[in-house]
Amino acid sequence: MYAFDYARPESLKEAASALRRNADARLLAGGQSLVPALRLRLSRPPLLIDLAAIGELSGIRVENNVISIGAMTRHADVAASREVQRTIPALGRLAAGIGDRQVRNQGTLGGSLANADPGADYPAAVLGLGATVVTNKRAIAADKFFLGLFETALKPGEIILRVDFPQPLRAGYAKFRQPASRFALAGAFVCDTTSGVRVAVTGAGPCAFRAKRMEKLLAKDFTPKAIEKILLPADDLNSDLHAAADYRAHLITVMAQRAVAQAATV
Amino acid sequence: MASSRSTHTPASAGGTTLPSRSGRSTGGEAGDAARAAAQAPVMACSHLSLNVNGMPVSTEIEPRLLLVQLLRERLHLTGTHVGCDTGQCGACTVHMNGRAVKSCTLLALQAQGAEVTTIEGIAPAGGGLHPMQAAFHEHHGLQCGFCTPGMVMNAIDLVRTQPNLTEADVRSGLDGNLCRCTGYHNIVKAVLAGAGAMKGQS
Ligand code: FES
Ligand code: FES
Repeated sequence: MYAFDYARPESLKEAASALRRNADARLLAGGQSLVPALRLRLSRPPLLIDLAAIGELSGIRVENNVISIGAMTRHADVAASREVQRTIPALGRLAAGIGDRQVRNQGTLGGSLANADPGADYPAAVLGLGATVVTNKRAIAADKFFLGLFETALKPGEIILRVDFPQPLRAGYAKFRQPASRFALAGAFVCDTTSGVRVAVTGAGPCAFRAKRMEKLLAKDFTPKAIEKILLPADDLNSDLHAAADYRAHLITVMAQRAVAQAATV
Repeated sequence: MASSRSTHTPASAGGTTLPSRSGRSTGGEAGDAARAAAQAPVMACSHLSLNVNGMPVSTEIEPRLLLVQLLRERLHLTGTHVGCDTGQCGACTVHMNGRAVKSCTLLALQAQGAEVTTIEGIAPAGGGLHPMQAAFHEHHGLQCGFCTPGMVMNAIDLVRTQPNLTEADVRSGLDGNLCRCTGYHNIVKAVLAGAGAMKGQS
């Protein structure tokens, strides 16, 4: 690990000003991706700004059918939350399946989104539920948030405060796990709302994306059968030693069908 | 990683209450660290206060020191193992504020103000074993024992969150802990028995 300076601000204001003063500083949330990246010397920030002491960044609140989850809320707390289980059970199940127990005890929602790993679970929920990412500067719609491989709409100086998830009519999430990394080889979050169906895919492309052909079919007939013949083009999908692009294309359909089946039963 | 030969180690920092371990680093990593320390700007040490196994610890450390390095190399609590060093194996699992975390994937500074418990800190004060340790012993839940501290620490936290464990819960709950010897079967038996014993105790 290269040497770096470390700050642990106790307020958002302090964190924002530290970030303003150091353009190359990195924010540290749970550190479950950043600490390994530092150890592999993939990243060389002069300063880490640890957000752990800023109390207002953690917690779960429900208001007017919107569930707001603070950026520093740990995966284990989202998974265990009665409020989440009551309003969006699929989101709780998704959180309960991230990484392993130790990772879930430390990793955070905001960290996962800012990192935007192509195989991460949360991006599928944020995009699938049409959530809003609220930062210290603005509110970003999920459809505008994920731009590419480890690339988001976040600008320098921007800190994620929370994510607002609208409560759907029903939703489901299924993923095919890469057993060593526990990331999704392919995962699909399916969500049925009064304004239509959304299907978000993770693990298969450079970042989470929507499967709009599936959305149209599911809007007419919300059953696994409705999408069984859909096969997304493999051209833009990831290919690596764990799975070729055409295999991922196949997995997307299977995961989306499982997610629909799961949504239909709750 | 932290080399005790660099210029900003606890040995040279004022006010430390901890022994430093000089000249014990081995292998290429130490060489890398020395080179990096020579090139890198000299970073200020940060102050860290926390409780480890109920004992207050107060020290100056380099920000890049990992929690597992603090435990093993500074506090000489070598019961916490490093199996993979890449966050995969769970051998380094300790409790931070009661929750199982991987100490190789945390900066020591992330434990600022925290209550950290290691395998050395779980047995009852009067001697003997923690019921989960006793269950591993009883059910032959270990062979070489390298993964065991991490297994036991994660299992204790698992019982805290799910008091009525099924075998499937144990298998999925220990997902983050790898064992190269046992084939897991006796570990699962041990955790189920340990869970029962912990319940009987509370
Ligand atoms: S040594 Fe920490 S997970 Fe393997
Ligand atoms: S007992 Fe040897 S690694 Fe588990």
